[in-house]
Amino acid sequence: MNDGPHLPEAIDNPLGGARTPAVNSSYHIPNERSVGKLVAMTTTDSVPPAGAAPSAAAEAGPAGPDLQAHFDATIARDQRIEPRDWMPDGYRKTLIRQIAQHAHSEIIGMQPEGEWITRAPSLRRKAILFAKVQDEAGHGLYLYSAAETLGADRADLTERLIEGRQKYSSIFNYPTPSFADVGVIGWFVDGAAICNQVPLCRSSYGPYARAMVRICKEESFHQRQGYELLMTMMRGTDAQRAMVQDAVDRWWWPSLMMFGPPDGDSPNSAASMAWKIKRHSNDELRQRFVDMTVPQAEKLGVTLPDPELRWNEERGRHDFGTPDWSELQRVIRGDGPCNAQRVERRRAAHEEGAWVREAATAHAARRAARAAEAVGTEARGEVRTEKGTAA
Amino acid sequence: MSDDHVYLSLAEGHDDSDARWAFGTGFEDPLHGVDTAVPDGVDARELAARCLALADDALVEAQRLAEWCTRAPELEEEVALANIGLDLLGQARLLYARVGQVDGTGRDEDAYAYFRDAEDFRNVRLAELPNGDFAFSIVRLLVLSCWRLALFGRLASAAPDPVLAAVAAKGVNELAYHRQFAADWTLRLGDGTDESHRRMTAALREIAPYVGELLAVEPGFGIDAGSVRDEVTEVLGQVLDAAGLSLPADGAQPLGGSGREGDHTAHLAPLLAELQSVARALPEATW
Repeated sequence: MNDGPHLPEAIDNPLGGARTPAVNSSYHIPNERSVGKLVAMTTTDSVPPAGAAPSAAAEAGPAGPDLQAHFDATIARDQRIEPRDWMPDGYRKTLIRQIAQHAHSEIIGMQPEGEWITRAPSLRRKAILFAKVQDEAGHGLYLYSAAETLGADRADLTERLIEGRQKYSSIFNYPTPSFADVGVIGWFVDGAAICNQVPLCRSSYGPYARAMVRICKEESFHQRQGYELLMTMMRGTDAQRAMVQDAVDRWWWPSLMMFGPPDGDSPNSAASMAWKIKRHSNDELRQRFVDMTVPQAEKLGVTLPDPELRWNEERGRHDFGTPDWSELQRVIRGDGPCNAQRVERRRAAHEEGAWVREAATAHAARRAARAAEAVGTEARGEVRTEKGTAA
Repeated sequence: MSDDHVYLSLAEGHDDSDARWAFGTGFEDPLHGVDTAVPDGVDARELAARCLALADDALVEAQRLAEWCTRAPELEEEVALANIGLDLLGQARLLYARVGQVDGTGRDEDAYAYFRDAEDFRNVRLAELPNGDFAFSIVRLLVLSCWRLALFGRLASAAPDPVLAAVAAKGVNELAYHRQFAADWTLRLGDGTDESHRRMTAALREIAPYVGELLAVEPGFGIDAGSVRDEVTEVLGQVLDAAGLSLPADGAQPLGGSGREGDHTAHLAPLLAELQSVARALPEATW
């Protein structure tokens, strides 16, 4: 089933690409928060206005009903909001929160697999893994850039991450004790990520949607690579097959939790869906992931650790058990197996790199000053020459 | 691409009925399509030994660069260091494959990387030194990329073996970027803050004794070692001069021994132990 056009045409410059003036020139009215200013965010992260659907009455505020009406109409027409467009504060804050969490997840997500680059058991696997983890750094960069189009600042977002004021996906707080984890993360975690993210290619915010196009292509490549590693391992020795099954057992339930709490307990979902930042509910995406993964597990020859998992002929979908939501809450609160370690590594890299960033800044400033001085000298020289000529 | 059937959309363009499950992601024979016969008149033993040494340099340096992963001072550097590591890893793989064809053993790339011990490695010792701080890693990268670029530029035209010449020609573009990256950071750090200048000076002092060993390496194949040395010295001098830095003069004297003869620091064995740990724990496994 194809429910309409999904991908923006331009993918070469996912963060660029203004819309055609005919569509939005009439309301390219920058407001005080729209460009270049750090948007104030609360430490608890913003929650969109109560009642989900943002209404003109609730949101227009000093911006006036016309701007709100334009915004609402743009969303209703399934067109993109761009950085210079007026947007409600709640929309902006929700996006910054979501994009920043996504960026943080890419950067923290480098760690569990990154630990295996130096130990990958073949040069081919080493190259694949090295490139994958590098891609994640690239995704992080991309997403921080998308957040900056909303007025956020990368350095500030990094501070929020290492101070624990912003979250990242809880899946990366689980350990990776064996090389099979590299394959299972690719299969489950990247698989779940593309389930989540392919719909985000149609997100209403232009820079985010365009970033997601490239990211999804790379994530899907990673997913296939992970699955291919597992296929190879399953064809190998008994010890390798046992490693794969063990990793599947450990990652299955945390992967299902990647889609977030059940719809009834997801406070931000309704507004995000009304704003078309998000297109499908958590439970719907989780169901899709299960339906897609079950036949792959059969093909691979592993067992998914859920006794309640079975095909429901009537629904045409799989029934499955309930994840331990209290575990998810514990991990989100910071009590997962690796929370402290992950944030500490990020903090250490950031702090140990401070002198490098300071040096680069100092050099750039000095070079700019030298260039300015050279121009000044040249200009004065010209003046003298002119005077000399005149004399 | 329909977001309702994610995996189907990913499988677009693949007719194979298994396409939705997994695709091959590697290329089993990196030299596929290349005439790999050793030309007449080429000393196969010498060719194998030189390819092996250049592969070892690249693998060991790539391993050190991989250790930077998730520890770089900024995300842009995270991406760049991985890029350079991947380039070198790629060079190592092509060169190991060539060794396996030439030395008569038919071994694959992994046999050389995972099932030799430190005393069998022929990399220069500069490559195996621990990463230290970002300044040390940048100075090491600058020196190694200056040297390797000078050498590969000559091998691309002078190597009598078409495979080695092709690997070198491919590597020239990569190494030019590595050298540029390292030179840019050398300028920033040399001309940055007092602290960055101090760290760069310390790194140069630490690295200087190993530069002689590198410059003493015989390139072989009739390539004039002096011309390689001159190019490296000149480029290094230009970069360091622009950064307000210099290589301590006492570094001109090589240390005793050479990595090319199997003499290594105590740092190589642990590096290899980590690199080889999984492969050796499960020697019957396929990956």
